[in-house]
Amino acid sequence: MNRAIIQALLSHWLRHRLQLVTLLIGIALATGLWSAVQAINAEARASYQRASDQLALGLFDELRDSSGPISIERYVVLRRAGWQVAAVLDGPMRVVGNTVQVMGVDMVAYPPLPAVTQIEQSETPPDPAAMLTAPGRLIAAPELVPILQGQDGLPPVLSSNALPPDLILTDIGVAETLLDKPGQISRLIVLPTQPRGVPLLSDIAPELELVKATDQLDTSQLTDSFHLNLTAFGLLSFAVGLFIVHGTVGLAFAQRRAMIRTLRALGVSMRRLVWIVTIELAVLALIGGVLGLVLGFLLAGVLLPDVAATLRGLYGAPVDGQLSLQPQWILAGLAMALGGTLLASGHALVRLSRMPLLSGAGLQAWRGSGKGQRSSGFVGTALIAGGLVIGFVFEGLVAGFAMVGGILTGAALVLPYLLSLALSVFQSRSQGPVAQWIWADMRAQLPGLSLALMALLLALAANIGVGTMVSSFRLTFVGWLDQRLTSELYVTATDNQQGLQVAQWLKPQVDAVLPIRSVELSHETGPLFLYGIVDHQTYRDHWPLITSSNGVWDQVLAGEAVLINEQLARRSTLWPGDNVTLSPGHILPIAGVYSDYGNPTGQAIVSMSQLDQIAPGADTRRFGIRIAPERATEMAQALRDQFGLPRQSVVQQAAMKAQSLAIFDKTFVVTSALNVLTLGVAGFAILTSLLTLWTQRLPQIAPVWALGLTRAQLARLELLRSVLLAALTATLALPLGMVLAWALLAVINVQAFGWRLPMFLFPADWAYLFLLTLLAAFVAAALPALRLLRLPPADLLRVFANER
Amino acid sequence: MNVKACLCVLLILLPPALRAQGYADLGGPAEGYAIPQSGYQFEFPRDHGPHPEFRIEWWYLTANLTGEDRRDYGIQWTLFRSALKPTETEGWQSPQLWLGHAAVTTPETHYFAERLSRGGIGQAGVSAEPFEAWIDEWSMRGPDPSALTLTASGPEFAYNLSLNAQGPIVFHGDAGYSVKSADGQASYYYSQPFYTVEGVLQLPDGDVKVTGQGWLDREWSSQPLAEDQSGWDWFSLSFDDGDKLMAFRLRGGRGDFTAATWITPDGTASPLPDGSATFIPLDTERVAGRDVPVHWRVTLPDRDLDVEVSAITPNAWMATRFEYWEGPVKVTGSHTGRGYLEMTGY
Repeated sequence: MNRAIIQALLSHWLRHRLQLVTLLIGIALATGLWSAVQAINAEARASYQRASDQLALGLFDELRDSSGPISIERYVVLRRAGWQVAAVLDGPMRVVGNTVQVMGVDMVAYPPLPAVTQIEQSETPPDPAAMLTAPGRLIAAPELVPILQGQDGLPPVLSSNALPPDLILTDIGVAETLLDKPGQISRLIVLPTQPRGVPLLSDIAPELELVKATDQLDTSQLTDSFHLNLTAFGLLSFAVGLFIVHGTVGLAFAQRRAMIRTLRALGVSMRRLVWIVTIELAVLALIGGVLGLVLGFLLAGVLLPDVAATLRGLYGAPVDGQLSLQPQWILAGLAMALGGTLLASGHALVRLSRMPLLSGAGLQAWRGSGKGQRSSGFVGTALIAGGLVIGFVFEGLVAGFAMVGGILTGAALVLPYLLSLALSVFQSRSQGPVAQWIWADMRAQLPGLSLALMALLLALAANIGVGTMVSSFRLTFVGWLDQRLTSELYVTATDNQQGLQVAQWLKPQVDAVLPIRSVELSHETGPLFLYGIVDHQTYRDHWPLITSSNGVWDQVLAGEAVLINEQLARRSTLWPGDNVTLSPGHILPIAGVYSDYGNPTGQAIVSMSQLDQIAPGADTRRFGIRIAPERATEMAQALRDQFGLPRQSVVQQAAMKAQSLAIFDKTFVVTSALNVLTLGVAGFAILTSLLTLWTQRLPQIAPVWALGLTRAQLARLELLRSVLLAALTATLALPLGMVLAWALLAVINVQAFGWRLPMFLFPADWAYLFLLTLLAAFVAAALPALRLLRLPPADLLRVFANER
Repeated sequence: MNVKACLCVLLILLPPALRAQGYADLGGPAEGYAIPQSGYQFEFPRDHGPHPEFRIEWWYLTANLTGEDRRDYGIQWTLFRSALKPTETEGWQSPQLWLGHAAVTTPETHYFAERLSRGGIGQAGVSAEPFEAWIDEWSMRGPDPSALTLTASGPEFAYNLSLNAQGPIVFHGDAGYSVKSADGQASYYYSQPFYTVEGVLQLPDGDVKVTGQGWLDREWSSQPLAEDQSGWDWFSLSFDDGDKLMAFRLRGGRGDFTAATWITPDGTASPLPDGSATFIPLDTERVAGRDVPVHWRVTLPDRDLDVEVSAITPNAWMATRFEYWEGPVKVTGSHTGRGYLEMTGY
């Protein structure tokens, strides 16, 4: 008997192939977008994990010297006092146009590193003598190995996939040669086990500073915001996809009512029917889920390189551009598909199980009533209020997202009530029977369409909000680039000596040579880069100060005050008037705060003489050169020729700006891609909802048709209805999008990146989006309208003959 | 000491599969390294210092102590040198690796710690005059090895002891040329077994003042074990009548190789050839997942010696990068006294 029931149920899908396709697409879209985001997140996280395992970021306390490198003698003093520390020397190295990070660790003293363990357990473990003595060995990720092997003068390379793609791990003895930093140590890792009676650090090495593991700038902490962002988008897409599933399943059930009634009349128990239908849905969910996983994998593969570029550009977090297929990802994706489908179909299933045996195949019973509107309106209002309270009472990124989530969900729930209110206002103002009927009919249709309209509202609000955020950011960023990159040329000499020669050679030929000298210090909030500047009008005219005290430049250049970047200001709540400790004994008042986008770390600016006091021996290799713009290209070439500098050592401002903007645009490629996809999915949801409603339309349209409206008129009204509802929703989405944009700019950005951005409004973009929405609604309604137009009058007449 | 807990720190970095070949890789070939020769003329203080051209070397001190609480304690202080290449270089590139082991054994508990360093930067090393052997904050120092201050510490213990030699340096084997197998593998080996010791042990339950006797072994070689030898049982015993005995058994696939030195109170050393001493395990104890013979019968018919040697603390296991048993023992039978036992390869 089951066979017969299944055949009967499946015959529905055979007759409604488009519906089947829609359902599968809905499930696949929901699963696909969600899984893509998950895959990207998992891959990025795995990359950080690899990186932080190697760097021991956040695992161990560290000792640092804020004035520069630590000497081997200092290390031995600590060791001979009992301190169990391991020396690490880090630094960047250029290899074939790429910058890779070299991490040289004292492999004799360092705790076991995953990459070293992996290599030891390989089939051909290297001889320890080869690892520790000249020329040594380099360990690198498999993709980096061929690049390094092609280089002359480098030690032999071993491959380990436990390393991030831009890191070379080696013994400190090899690293000091590679980085040309003999006898230098960047930091000392404090090993977990210390003996009894170790003397105080202040007694044996007062210049060293203990940086607690928890204080270190953790890549995963920084990037959490980015992942949260992606996850939120993934969930939004999933929810929107489920609207489609809900719509399609509702339609299929509505259309199968007659068949189900027949089956019941033939003696099939409701229990059995519900079971079979549930299994049918589960099978469909799995098929859709598999399609979704394929889609998700492809999508993640396309988006991942951009995400990797973003994370590298924005946070310096090393992420592999390669995607690997993980079994748990497949299982989670299928579970989401299954769970989501059953959730979206739950309503329909419950209704099916409660359907009285002899009830007519009427559609009123199937449709949602308007009663719920008011209560969902209340819940929505409560959610909005709750979100606002969380956002204003609690600090932090999660609170920010909770606020945005509350407002968005609440607004979606309030939407049907607001729409109904708007429609009744229109209805009361309209004159003539047709107009009145149109408004009344729209209100009557609202419950069936409200889910799709909620999806549309969310997609539009997200689009407006994120779009406003990105565009505001871009506008600010471009302005900031103009202020920040004022020199026409930037040159980097190979060493300090050449730096001096370059400066001397340039002086008579250009308007100004501005040295760019910096040193890495450590601050309680993480690494702090201290820059020294000379007195020049360029800074006074252009430097992008957010807030400053009177005579800011005079104070700073007199060595009496310091400028800090916004990230540092917000992280440690230091503002003009406060004091900042740059290093022990060097405490300066803050004269101003400047914006510093795209930089994850804290930064401060002092006069050149202050820099020399705090960190004597900072490199003098980089210079900004002020010159008439038309002479820049010629001067760049002259510099390269004169000093034999490689191409990338002399950079023109224009190229630098273009590069920065390219990085910026890449950063938000993923965001805009997800944005467009979400909107597309929402449009699709409207289509499925309208198709669902279509079956319910005939009994309502037939009397109007009988009263004299032509099918063409009715079809036009059909289109108008869809477009009008979409227009109303879009109008409501605009303020919601503004609120979202504000939350992103003023709350989430501050928490995630450490900078607050001014909000700019882009009415042209909104108009474009509005038109796009209307178009989507029009297209979605076109199919039902076309059907109506082509409906044989006999069908409409039959409505009156039918018992319903 | 004899083929003391060797080291080849190589194996710190090597996979276990490679370690199967001889205990701690002591059975490997000695290419490029100097080889001990019979008839070597020791010269002091030079030979108290390191010999980087040899592959392995150690400064190995053990002491049997009695606390003011009348309980038995033992301490170990060892510095191993292992050369990756038979040269020395300044800086991180030094191929000389140094490994420190320190332990305090109470009647109930065995505390130990381990340190690892490379040469070339001053973190660890040995200077002959004035004498100092050190790794990190651990050190054994004095004007020369006849008067030493000894310090070491770990997470749970620390000690600070002073040692004074009451007798001369003693050479093992043929005037310090100590043969280790029938194939002729050998090492240079001398001892200072006549220390009196006093000082303080810092333990988790508080400080304990101790006095007792100490024994320093100096040995260096490039390949002290034959390829088939898998481990050894080594005894340094001080009898109540003033005589002392160093005796060891190397366990090999082709049979055991034994050697011993009888030392009289005035420091006269008599080497005893392979086969003169017998070693019979009487009882084993389950330690660190293996059966370790902590109770022995040792006989030396030439000297009318027939004694039972039993561990004071059976769980004196050194769970270090290479693992072994090292702890104080009590001697009963034809002679009474105390000493130290080391067992490797179990």
